[in-house]
Amino acid sequence: MKILLRLLFFAGRYWVLLLFAFTCLIGTTAFGMAVPWVIRTAIDTVMGHGESSFLFLAAILIIGASAMRGISAFGHMYLSEVVSQKTAYDVRNAIYEKLQQLSFAYHDKNQTGQLMSRATVDVEAIRMFFGRGLLHLGQLFFLFTGVATILISMNWRLALISLAFLPLIGFRAAKVALRLRPIWLHIQQMLGFIGTTLEENLTGVRVVKAFCQQGGESRKFNTQAQDLYDSQINAARQMAFNMPFMAFLISFPTALILWYGGLQVMEGNLTIGGLTQFMLYLGMMVMPVRRLGGFANMISRAVPAGQRILEILDTKSPVQEKPNAIELEGFKGRVRFKNVSFSYNSKDAVLNGVDFRVQPGEVVALVGSLGSGKSTLAHLIPRFYDVDSGSITIDGIDIRTMKLSALRRDVGIVQQDIFLFSDTIKQNIAYGDVDANIERIVEAAKAAYLHDFVKSLPDGYDTWVGERGITLSGGEKQRLAIARTLLTDPAILILDDSTSNIDPGIEHLIRQALDKLIKGRTSFIITHRLPIIKNADLILVLHEGLLVEQGKHNDLMAGDGLYKEIYESQISAVDTKESI
Amino acid sequence: MFRGGGIGGGGGPKGPVGGPMGRLGRSLYSDEDSGSGKVYDSKVIRRLPEYLVPVKFRLITGAVGMGVRSLASLAAPYLIAIGTDDFIQTGDFKGLTLIVLLYIGAALFVWAGQYVQTLNLSYAGQSILYRMRVEMFDQLQRLSMSFFDRNQVGKLMSRVQSDVQQLQQLLTTGVLNLLTNMLTLIGIACVMILMNARLALLTLTVVPALFCIILVWQKYARRAFTRTRRAIATVNAELQEGISGIRVTQSLSREKINVQQFDNVNKANLNANLDATKLTAVMMPTTEVLNAVATSLVIGFGGYQVLQGDMGVGILLGFVLYIQRFFQPIMELILDYTELQRAMTAGARIFELIDLEPEIRDVDGAIDLPVVKGEIRLGHVSFSYKQGVEVLHDIDFKINPGETVAIVGQTGAGKSSIANLIARFYDVDNGEVDIDGHDVRYVTQQSLRRQIGIVPQDPILFSGNIEDNIRFGHPQTGRDDIVWAAKAVGAHSFITHLEQGYETMVGERGGNLSAGQRQLICLARAILRDPPILILDEATSNVDSNTERLMQESLKQLSRKRTCIIIAHRLSTVTNADRIIVLDQGRIAEMGSHNELLSRRGLYYSMFSALSAPGKMSQSAS
Repeated sequence: MKILLRLLFFAGRYWVLLLFAFTCLIGTTAFGMAVPWVIRTAIDTVMGHGESSFLFLAAILIIGASAMRGISAFGHMYLSEVVSQKTAYDVRNAIYEKLQQLSFAYHDKNQTGQLMSRATVDVEAIRMFFGRGLLHLGQLFFLFTGVATILISMNWRLALISLAFLPLIGFRAAKVALRLRPIWLHIQQMLGFIGTTLEENLTGVRVVKAFCQQGGESRKFNTQAQDLYDSQINAARQMAFNMPFMAFLISFPTALILWYGGLQVMEGNLTIGGLTQFMLYLGMMVMPVRRLGGFANMISRAVPAGQRILEILDTKSPVQEKPNAIELEGFKGRVRFKNVSFSYNSKDAVLNGVDFRVQPGEVVALVGSLGSGKSTLAHLIPRFYDVDSGSITIDGIDIRTMKLSALRRDVGIVQQDIFLFSDTIKQNIAYGDVDANIERIVEAAKAAYLHDFVKSLPDGYDTWVGERGITLSGGEKQRLAIARTLLTDPAILILDDSTSNIDPGIEHLIRQALDKLIKGRTSFIITHRLPIIKNADLILVLHEGLLVEQGKHNDLMAGDGLYKEIYESQISAVDTKESI
Repeated sequence: MFRGGGIGGGGGPKGPVGGPMGRLGRSLYSDEDSGSGKVYDSKVIRRLPEYLVPVKFRLITGAVGMGVRSLASLAAPYLIAIGTDDFIQTGDFKGLTLIVLLYIGAALFVWAGQYVQTLNLSYAGQSILYRMRVEMFDQLQRLSMSFFDRNQVGKLMSRVQSDVQQLQQLLTTGVLNLLTNMLTLIGIACVMILMNARLALLTLTVVPALFCIILVWQKYARRAFTRTRRAIATVNAELQEGISGIRVTQSLSREKINVQQFDNVNKANLNANLDATKLTAVMMPTTEVLNAVATSLVIGFGGYQVLQGDMGVGILLGFVLYIQRFFQPIMELILDYTELQRAMTAGARIFELIDLEPEIRDVDGAIDLPVVKGEIRLGHVSFSYKQGVEVLHDIDFKINPGETVAIVGQTGAGKSSIANLIARFYDVDNGEVDIDGHDVRYVTQQSLRRQIGIVPQDPILFSGNIEDNIRFGHPQTGRDDIVWAAKAVGAHSFITHLEQGYETMVGERGGNLSAGQRQLICLARAILRDPPILILDEATSNVDSNTERLMQESLKQLSRKRTCIIIAHRLSTVTNADRIIVLDQGRIAEMGSHNELLSRRGLYYSMFSALSAPGKMSQSAS
């Protein structure tokens, strides 16, 4: 219930529109109820006095009332849809904005597909509830009240007979809808499974073919499709019995009215016109009552959907900007890690008491085996995560007291997984600075040694990349990411270069681009490229979250620590090439 | 009655749509909204009997149910009319009771008829859908690699999912409603004419008017609803990218601009939906007024006839009741119209996929390739993915059983194409590929591929646990063999360190495993069957240097007793190969051992020195 109230709050800002919508709804109901009354009067006049003059008036009245009814029906349909669409629009925006703000810790835990389904399926469920759900409920309420009042005043016994059935039917409809719900859910789930099987099969098509598993995959799919079929049939069976049963139940009061009402007419307690009016009103009630089932279904969908959406909206990002955060103009680039400890789950420390200083313009190489905490350390500097204890300062200022945008503007990062947006190369380079003109973009591309490649494409800088564009090789992607970072000209640079997805012919290009990138900036580099490590101003050797060694190459080689061991076993493999 | 935009697929028409560059051959052409928009597509209709015949019993029973239902539901107003005129007015209570009993009887028939109809037609519809799903999936298993180069996963997914879903609407509820509604309309018209021909014809004059309005209306409506589908697809695409690209966005502080951008597409979606709503809503007053015109005609002229004594008041009542039932099916027909169009398009797209001929098939009389020693020969092979753009020219070499051969070259030199030809994922344009003297085109694909272990660049895992992934489709393989394979590739130790060991579930993208660990599992999978030929297609290019070292070590063991082809662009991985083939723009530039090639000072040498050339920084610092 709390969830429903909070959801209503979303639509609440459109209360004026809602009010109009419901006013129109009352109009629709009232004008709708006028028509059977006119018909009754017409019939009774004809039967009673044999007078034809009223017939023309009745015809005009019917058309008039119906026209009014149509207009107000347009009003309530349109207005309620406006409210529901606007609410969906607001909720979508709110979700998007929240997701943009939530820090990495949140996105690490939540898969894209999951979040997507909340922003699409769940928002749709809520929209349906606000659009059709509330409307149908209102319609039923007004109609029931109006019809009940009139019928009772006309002939209370007859009214009781005809109306007593309706709550029963509504109740039954809701019950059936709720019973169908788990079946529908199962069907949805099966569709999800089938989707996963399909997606895996299609992405892994080479593996499937290489291993001759077409038959096995078909069998797997067939089993799931069969299960889906069974559930669908199960649902169909429920529907096939219950939907017509509902119609049958509704025909009962009609039959009773014909019977008892007919008796009343014979006894002179009711006119033929009155009987007709009863029957027409009953006809009007049929659809709204049957829709109660749909409404029950909508609510039972909207509540969990709302819960999932509110879960997102209520999440507080662990990385919060302080209210009086400082906005700095340009760093020098002095970085200090003061006894920093960090864990992703506040249990298993990934970094433990890391402590070091870096002077402006220095190149820092991060070395260590997989899972030693190199990338984690790098991600702490732009404050993608907050440290558990200790502090990180830049130019002597704790990064937690700075404005996030200011901090990140001056800390550039080239990540290991390079993500490109479905957009042109130009827009991808300018991603961090949308105001950049084409000259600056070209300049950045040139500096990243990407320009010649871009020029070789038929559409040049307007070539589409990303999911719906051309596929770039690892090296091209990396240079594009370098250009993207160069454009923002950060004082501090973080480069995650641990995979070397590079074509041999252009290896020197990458290296030159990297040289350009590093120049004049404080740089943190995770790499296997020996020249960079050897010439770094500071090498940080990490092992299971501890900073075990730090210093220059020669100093570390002079000792007999982990660096020397790693160097000899791992790095020397690359080194042999150097010697040729 | 609202039909706003549904949940669109991920792929919005935002950018140019197409497969990877250079491989845009013949692909499935019809896009979601570029469909013919026809309500009747003969290509689709012609294919239907094939699917309808197997379920003909269900269909016939369902049709009978439908007929009973429609007839019985027509009876109700007529019974009321008779009841009023012949019994209520004459004060015949017994007769009235009889009529009421008949009325309930008719209602029972409606119930039974509708039950039989819904049940049987659902059975028929679902059977057809099930069959189509399975046929599409099987077809996707049959189609050659070239097909998958040209068609993106997302689009194929949407065919098997959304299109079938779309057709489901048509086959189960759609056709059902359509036929029932048509039948009801015709039935009502007939009964009214029988009851009072003059009044009926007068009343029915509103029908042509209504159909004219609908004809004009649906043209606008179709466009409006197409727009809503596009708009929501764009919103979803934007959303998807906003989430997947969040790390870049935050590192470049672009959140505010993104929120603004999202607001734009979101608002466009809102407006498209509101436009569509206006169109739906405007039909309300229209049908309402037409309904009223019909009713007032009945009251006016009918009332006059009653006065004249030409007609009983019950008939008048019957007419009014019939009209009340007349407009409901018409409204539904309007709404079903757009559904019908979409379903027809979906059907066309489904059949298009099912009817495609796979390019690579086993020839008639293909033999099973006997267990091979592992000799591979490419005889003057040329090959192109796309006609006219040859990627391999006159490639000619032989690999001896047990040899380890590396293929190197720049991106686009044709390295992976050679692997693809050996496993016959594609057929050569000219020349031949022989394994132990058997042309790969004349052996069954299954017997060929069973003897080749392939490890591709992307480590692909399927949902299931690690053990299942190594076993991949060999249910009879025991745990011992799996552990053997994992040990052979050096994966055993990290697997046993996981909390659940071999039972660790790996999700969609390999869950919590690193790229390197996933690749080790793929290597174990390839080695499990102990194939005489092993191909590593850039298998180490996405893994960290640690894993690469691990893989190299295990390869030393694994390559001993089998033919091994290593495709790599990182030269450090190939120095130990028996022979290195250097490809340059689809031709063999050089061939020989590492030392031979270095001393030759050719392409290999220059690639190798480019790799080792010190960068500027290293010079200045040292």
